[in-house]
Amino acid sequence: MKKICIIGNGVAGITAARHIRKQKSASEYSITVISAETEYFYARTALMYIYMGHMTFEHTKPYEDGFWKKNDIALVRDYVRQVDISNKRLRLQQGEEMPYDILIIATGSKSHRVGWTGEDLQGVQGMITIQDIERMEENTRHIQRAVIVGGGLIGVEMAECLHSRQIPVTFLVREEEYWHNVLPLEEAKMASRHIRGHGIDLRTGAGLKEIKGNAQKRVQAVVTTAGEEIPCQMVGITIGVTPQIDFLKESAIETDRGVLVNAFLETNVPDVYAVGDCAQHRQAPEGRKNVEQIWYSARMQGETVAQTICGYKTRYVPGVFFNSAKLFDIEYQVYGTVHPQPTEEEEHFYWEHQGGEKSVRVVFEKETRSVLGFNLMGIRYKQAVCDRWIKEKASIMHVMEHLQEANFDPEFFRHYEKEIVARFNQQYPDRAVKLKQKKSLVATLLGW
Amino acid sequence: MNTHTTHLIRSVGLLLFILGFGFFIAVFFLSGYQLTDDVLKQELQEENQSDQAPNAAGQETSDNTEESFMPKSMYTIVQEEAEEMLGKVYAFNFSFIRDFSDVIDRSNQQIRGIYGITSDEMEQMVQTLAEENNLAYTAEAAGAVFADDTVGRFKRKMLQDYTGWLEGKQFDNPDNLRSQLAGTVASINRDVTQQKGIGRYEQKGVKTAVVKAATIGFVKDRQWLVFIISYGVTILGALLYLLPRLYVHPGIKNNHIFHSSLKHRGWLGMMLGTFLIVFYVILYFYPYYMTNWILVVDPISQWLNGGPAGEFFLYGFLYTLCILVMGIRMILNYRHSNYHIIRTISVIFFQTAFAFLIPEILVRLNYPYYDFKNIWPLDYDFFFPGSLSQLIESGGLGIFMLGWGIVLIVLAVPILVYFLGKRWYCSWVCGCGGLAETLGDPYRQLSDKSLRAWQVERYLVHGVLVFAVLMTIGMIYTFFTGSGSLLGIPTYSVAEVYGFFIGAGFAGVIGTGFYPLMGNRVWCRFGCPLAAYLGIVQRFKSRFRITTNGGQCISCGNCSTYCEMGIDVRWYAQRGQNIVRASCVGCGVCASVCPRGVLKLENAEEKGRFGKPILIGNDSVRVDQ
Ligand SMILES: Cc1cc2nc3c(=O)[nH]c(=O)nc-3n(C[C@H](O)[C@H](O)[C@H](O)COP(=O)(O)OP(=O)(O)OC[C@H]3O[C@@H](n4cnc5c(N)ncnc54)[C@H](O)[C@@H]3O)c2cc1C
Ligand code: SF4
Ligand code: SF4
Repeated sequence: MKKICIIGNGVAGITAARHIRKQKSASEYSITVISAETEYFYARTALMYIYMGHMTFEHTKPYEDGFWKKNDIALVRDYVRQVDISNKRLRLQQGEEMPYDILIIATGSKSHRVGWTGEDLQGVQGMITIQDIERMEENTRHIQRAVIVGGGLIGVEMAECLHSRQIPVTFLVREEEYWHNVLPLEEAKMASRHIRGHGIDLRTGAGLKEIKGNAQKRVQAVVTTAGEEIPCQMVGITIGVTPQIDFLKESAIETDRGVLVNAFLETNVPDVYAVGDCAQHRQAPEGRKNVEQIWYSARMQGETVAQTICGYKTRYVPGVFFNSAKLFDIEYQVYGTVHPQPTEEEEHFYWEHQGGEKSVRVVFEKETRSVLGFNLMGIRYKQAVCDRWIKEKASIMHVMEHLQEANFDPEFFRHYEKEIVARFNQQYPDRAVKLKQKKSLVATLLGW
Repeated sequence: MNTHTTHLIRSVGLLLFILGFGFFIAVFFLSGYQLTDDVLKQELQEENQSDQAPNAAGQETSDNTEESFMPKSMYTIVQEEAEEMLGKVYAFNFSFIRDFSDVIDRSNQQIRGIYGITSDEMEQMVQTLAEENNLAYTAEAAGAVFADDTVGRFKRKMLQDYTGWLEGKQFDNPDNLRSQLAGTVASINRDVTQQKGIGRYEQKGVKTAVVKAATIGFVKDRQWLVFIISYGVTILGALLYLLPRLYVHPGIKNNHIFHSSLKHRGWLGMMLGTFLIVFYVILYFYPYYMTNWILVVDPISQWLNGGPAGEFFLYGFLYTLCILVMGIRMILNYRHSNYHIIRTISVIFFQTAFAFLIPEILVRLNYPYYDFKNIWPLDYDFFFPGSLSQLIESGGLGIFMLGWGIVLIVLAVPILVYFLGKRWYCSWVCGCGGLAETLGDPYRQLSDKSLRAWQVERYLVHGVLVFAVLMTIGMIYTFFTGSGSLLGIPTYSVAEVYGFFIGAGFAGVIGTGFYPLMGNRVWCRFGCPLAAYLGIVQRFKSRFRITTNGGQCISCGNCSTYCEMGIDVRWYAQRGQNIVRASCVGCGVCASVCPRGVLKLENAEEKGRFGKPILIGNDSVRVDQ
């Protein structure tokens, strides 16, 4: 019997555990998951909903507590201080040493910090763990204003959290529009507009210089790069995350920003693997970053490493990129590659609804006209269809013609394909297409 | 509008709502009561006439012959017994009802004295049978001992009805005969009040009518004023509280639900639950305590159906109002979604038109009360002999209603569920569903998602379906054969048990009373036999399913949390599998609350409906070593 230890019960570690157990019984492989933050796996992505009161912590656990015992997956709540590679042992904070035959490192990320003055004051925090949420409860009690620094997805989630408690928020974003380092300008503008529409004091092109505290070492104000002092009692730092691998410093496991892995998610040490947020690919998979801190990638790496460990050596090849988020009330989806600025080789077709809260962007290659990506705001598209079009290098005309196939909005929602195609035909009269009208309302209703 | 103004409007609304609703509660206690001869005359002489009509047990008495000696009428007896109550002013309904219940008991006692079979008469029967009939029992011989007057004839008839099973039986000694007869005579004497007095089934109605008629004071004198304050102010308050939501950006706003005492089983939730449970217990079992509330809606009832209101008119009225006002809330909250807007308008329409107005108008036109959208076995008394004969007797329309009801069961359910899923009924048409989706919407997150709850659900809901079917078979048998017993089981008693435990207890008291405790679909999920039937079709033969969008699920849990049927939607979504579940009522809320747009309710080809768990996005390849 082989003993598999997994450090970290996030989606990467837990997915690996589940997929190993699917193939190997407890008598073949024993599985132990050691994690410090919580006893059970929960959805980190749902943290904001706990603070906002949409759910309790219990609701964010994807599996019932009995599930783990039933599947012979042992859970240990402890912190791994050290990995002793030569003896294949883990040193835990509280418990004994723990031997392993195979080790999976899935320790996720921690809040990124750049060493601002005042970073350690009370009331300054990130939003990564459940403990952060508890801290946020404390830090936001009876406050007059909060400042959030850093305009990514966690930043906007934090803004929504504070907004739900009617706390005035100043949101400092370095880019000229919210998340413009990822979103193309129009979408970034839409997002900025929407965030401001909710009463958030969004400051673009603004950075943080320092955080000032009072005598009790509590936050009292921030000073922006422009020199403005904004009084506040809480500061959220959401300038990104960084792999949580400090405990590996003394081991021979090679690290850089994250734990270095090859295409099989193997580290430089035999029988030691790394997956999820903490892994750094020596060579980034095609079209991907070498450290990709998103839920889906963590899950897919967990799935993949399980195959290798069960004896089916499998190369990690993420398919067409996809991601999604919700910016207050606007849902955002992306399939394939969408750069914030069109590159030399590509062209962007963009349609925006007059209400300014819905848009569709299709990116295609100038020369071949084959689609490369979709960026959607306020409209849902089917992943299966977009994925297929991108893989098959379908032409932009084909896509426009069959646009209805991609729509995933709920029944009775207004459809905009006609408008979108009309717009396309106007813009590209030489490539004008006719929209394939799929169905009448009755037919759609009955599913014909 | 700035937040300050909306806040002010909401506060005023809440205040008005609390005042109005508080007044509504106060009305319960607000009247005085005085029993007068007129009240008795009005309520009991009517009763006496209806006494001749078939009673709850479906038996009939007919003595139309002119008679010189007339026994005292029930009205006279009650009047005698109520001597002390007459004219006395009571400040509370509790004491009034206590005294009047005593009056009814004593009156029934008198009735037993008049119409009951005395021990002397029984002794005579034994003697007569022993001497003249060789100890063989025949009702004719035994009945000869009674005088030939109204009372005597009545007793003879009772004896005949109750001793069918004894007819012709030979006894070997008088003691055996006596002991057999004693049991039967005891039942007869017990049931005499059913026919001549105020029987068990009638008492609720008589008491309610008398208490209502005996009411004096403010509520009675100012029905309209009381109506306007208790309903008008409450509704106005509710609307003022709700309407400012128009100024909040459309979208899912489930903020603070789990911080709310009302919505997360805090003390407010417990109080509301208790209120609802008490309300239902009074409504079904002790309606005579809520006569003040009934009085207030009397004018509405008069206007609609030409008659005074009873407790079920009050209930229907309140029910419709709740669906309407909370339906407006639902539409405001989900106004970004046409699916919810349309289905909420649909439940409001079906409740107002089909469940409330049309039946009342039918009654006004002297047709049977009929809800065209209520389907057996939810409508569990559809096949009761009383209902069947009423439909059949009321001619063309009645026959149409009977046919319509049957078509709904055998055609509409399977065909529509095949094309649309059970949602066409459960979250678009049904009254219970309508209330759950509107009044119950704030409590959907309280449903139990555990596997255990799912197991319990399957046993319970299918158990109730089996119970309903068996009970109905008994009733149909009774309708055709006239016999109240099938395979030795008394069919009426089974129906009565069903009505008490399932019809009133489960559907009403638990179904709605437990909204703030166990979520808004307790009845639909664990108890409704129609939901079980619709669910079986949906599970095995339907084009409906909820599809998932590739690998987009982030396992956040919003869908499962807000599924009122306690389906662990996330379990399927996170493995990329379609959701095909018997219990899904297609409310569409899981799809609305999903922050990643993963879920979509769809009708499509049956092929591939269950789907394999597939998560798109991982193209990893096995390497052959
Ligand atoms: C607020 C928030 C919202 C997000 N929303 C989205 C989203 O909408 N979509 C999306 O794609 N991604 C989202 N992400 C990112 C996503 O959650 C992560 O990419 C994903 O959770 C990574 O999973 P993981 O298993 O690699 O690590 P984690 O989930 O971080 O789990 C690692 C676990 O290991 C434990 N651990 C670390 N070191 C040790 C040690 N030495 N000993 C013991 N235990 C240890 C940690 O305590 C932690 O519990 C979000 C992240 C956050 C913080
Ligand atoms: S699964 Fe979704 S649509 Fe079905 S009952 Fe639950 S929340 Fe409603
Ligand atoms: S709400 Fe959506 S993202 Fe969250 S668990 Fe359900 S399907 Fe997945």
